[in-house]
Amino acid sequence: MAFDRIGPDYERFRKIVHGRIRENLRRYISHGEMIGRRGKDLISIPIPEIDIPRFEKDPRKDIGVGQGKGGVGDLLGKGKPERGAGAGDLPGEHMLEVDVTLEDLAQLLGEELELPRIEPKGKKNIQNYHNRYTTIRRVGPESLRHFKRTYKQALKRQIISGQYNPEEPRIVPIHEDRFYKSWKRVPLPESSAVVFYMMDVSGSMGDEQKEIVRTESFWIDIWLRSHYKNLEVAYLIHDAEAREVDREAFYGTKESGGTKISSAYKLFADMIDKKYNPDDWNIYGFHFSDGDNWSEDNDDCISLLEQRILKRVNLFCYGQVKPVQSSDTFIHYFRELAGKHENAVFSEIDDKEGIMDSIKSFLGKGR
Amino acid sequence: MIERKFPTELKELKYSIQKLAEKAGLDFFDVVFEVVDYKEMNEIAACGGYPIRYHHWRFAMEHERLSKGYAYGLQRIYEIVINNDPCYSYLLRSNLNVDQKLVMAHVYAHSDFFKNNTWFSTTNRKMIDEMANHATRIRKYQDKHGVDKVEEFIDTCLSLENLIDSHFGFIKRRDEREFDDSEELVVSKLRADKPYMNSFINPSEWIEEQRKRKELEKEEDRKKRIQLVKIEGYERDILGFLIKYAPLDDWQKDILGIIREEAYYFLPQRHTKIMNEGWASYWHSKILTEEALKDSEVIDYAEHHAGTMGVSPGRINPYKLGLELFLDIEDRWNKGKFGSDYERCESADVKRKWDRKLGIGREKIFEVRRLFSDIEFLDEFLTEEFCREHEMFTYTYDEKHNAYRIKDVDFESVKKQLLLNLTNLGEPIIILRDANHGNAGELLLAHEFDGVPLNLGKAKDTLKNLRRIWGKPVNLATVISQKDDDKKVLLRCEEDKVETKETVDLNKFDTDRT
Repeated sequence: MAFDRIGPDYERFRKIVHGRIRENLRRYISHGEMIGRRGKDLISIPIPEIDIPRFEKDPRKDIGVGQGKGGVGDLLGKGKPERGAGAGDLPGEHMLEVDVTLEDLAQLLGEELELPRIEPKGKKNIQNYHNRYTTIRRVGPESLRHFKRTYKQALKRQIISGQYNPEEPRIVPIHEDRFYKSWKRVPLPESSAVVFYMMDVSGSMGDEQKEIVRTESFWIDIWLRSHYKNLEVAYLIHDAEAREVDREAFYGTKESGGTKISSAYKLFADMIDKKYNPDDWNIYGFHFSDGDNWSEDNDDCISLLEQRILKRVNLFCYGQVKPVQSSDTFIHYFRELAGKHENAVFSEIDDKEGIMDSIKSFLGKGR
Repeated sequence: MIERKFPTELKELKYSIQKLAEKAGLDFFDVVFEVVDYKEMNEIAACGGYPIRYHHWRFAMEHERLSKGYAYGLQRIYEIVINNDPCYSYLLRSNLNVDQKLVMAHVYAHSDFFKNNTWFSTTNRKMIDEMANHATRIRKYQDKHGVDKVEEFIDTCLSLENLIDSHFGFIKRRDEREFDDSEELVVSKLRADKPYMNSFINPSEWIEEQRKRKELEKEEDRKKRIQLVKIEGYERDILGFLIKYAPLDDWQKDILGIIREEAYYFLPQRHTKIMNEGWASYWHSKILTEEALKDSEVIDYAEHHAGTMGVSPGRINPYKLGLELFLDIEDRWNKGKFGSDYERCESADVKRKWDRKLGIGREKIFEVRRLFSDIEFLDEFLTEEFCREHEMFTYTYDEKHNAYRIKDVDFESVKKQLLLNLTNLGEPIIILRDANHGNAGELLLAHEFDGVPLNLGKAKDTLKNLRRIWGKPVNLATVISQKDDDKKVLLRCEEDKVETKETVDLNKFDTDRT
């Protein structure tokens, strides 16, 4: 077919789908339903089928007719058997899988949580220029003619010269009325960024805590990726010692040792020293722990942060996941620190419902 | 659409199959084949077979579903054929030649069915043109009133799409669109000889006054018409009723009319799904196995045919059921296994060996394809022997296990259930009882309860849409089930909320029904 038959339909459909995803975003975030359904640029999201309501029979009360082996009382397998058109033809509750680009998803997340766009620091590494059509000129190619301005100009001219008849408002632009869109060359900085995810894998961190970290880092990742073309990710785990691991090990490792948060911060700072010059990189650190730290270590952590980390990173976030019931958790120290430094943020995530608010407080700084 | 050359190779196949189909006695519309790739095929299928159909997001949703099914290898559309004269049919480019032969034979049989089955006799055979006109008109309204507004209205109409009389095919439907699209009320002005006198002779206040007067007149006129509405007994064609009497703008009436016309156009195909597919499968297997197959193609043919005939438990395959019923009918009439002698015979052994060598089977199935629709077809020809041989059963939903469970396997219940599911195309029967309910111009609908309650959530949303169209409160008498108890209720939609009123005596509404 020469024309795009389904394209315009898709455009409308996509709008509806995006609306649905936005409505259900909180559910997706707190249930982590999407994770693992991710491709390179697309993510597949199950949404309830967008139905036009009709009068129809209740499929749960309906009796169907089928064909095949089996005696009275046999189960036909879980869920609903697919019906042929002959027997009933009643649609059941279907889930619809839709593909959304990561960029769209980030945008939806941004809109829903009202996140500010990140202002990358250090625009030193400008790589590209880009033409943006933001200005107006009196000359230009016809294909760029600015219809509204041209019309306005013609209208003005006709009113001034008395040619305008309100009864029969016919506006004829002449050559002098024409305006054209024109472009400006704007630099398009392409900044690089690196994200450090740090997690406490000591014995007190259970599966549920890890699930929360997993979900939260997934969304943080989507958001940061939509801002930085070049995004590197590093995963650090620690108990009493810290080490860099890959993604699988990050979520899969379980240790039984005690907790020494400063070990992770030290590794973090060392890695910045070695590989990521803050002048070239936007550096992000996200640390998740249950806060059950050795009490003598807390002061070390704070001094590490103050002296070696906070000056060099865009943002450092500490998330305390399902904290143990104690007044002496790390967050008390961090809270004091956060009061002094703009780019230190903390949040307490009690359960999956808290993920959304936590993301908002982490990314709401726009850094 | 790009004019694409139909490959010569396929043209040869087409003519040979066409000849064989003619020889077999099929009487069809000309068929125009077009070869498309799977993407185009999915697009066409998503739009119900009509690439020129109006734009709507639900086609994209359907397309998404079809494309996923294709990508995961779950389903594949070999062919689409549409009821039109000439018939248009789309073939999948990647089909093997033997597939194309099979599909062509299949399509010729469909075309024969469209042309000869009596349920199709009133369908528009120039539906392609009609669909294109619909698309043009809807585009015009979108330009004039805005895409969102028109789309929203189409959604509302589609929600009521099944409120038509499913046995209404023979009623004339065209004359109801007598209106044009001049929604602007024309106010005549007095003549002004000099242009500058215009504002004195026709002051704008006066013109405004005239316009308001006309609007009032129009509204009065509508009210009068509604008061004259008399529903005799009951009305099944609720869409038709709304077009006539609901307070809609002309463009809205036109769109509602388009939705209704397309719904009626597709009705016969829904009425004859089992027969139509059975008939086409019967002929593709006859033509291919008896004439058209080369030796080297037998395996591919068998695979394709078996794929079409596959059954999964809990599913009726219309291709298989239809084909086997036609084969069964042919066999029975060939052997004379019908009539009172046969019925009265009590020895199963004699019955099995019964053969009067009548040889009128072929004649009989041609008669059947002309006169029957699915429900009559099954009512008449589904026999106990057939049912047992093909292991048919009924099943219900088992809430405890969130699964479906076989309920009955005996002939009586299976047949009864099958017929019930085909009644009104498996959709609830909703009738319009009163257009002036409570003497307040409200609508009263009644759901004819057949044991299966409505999906309540959807019913409520649908009522809201109906309320939007009617402009006044609407009511639906139905039955809801609570635990094991069925209760009669009245759903009432006043503004944008649906309330459930209890203790309604349905018989009260039955009085005026004759």
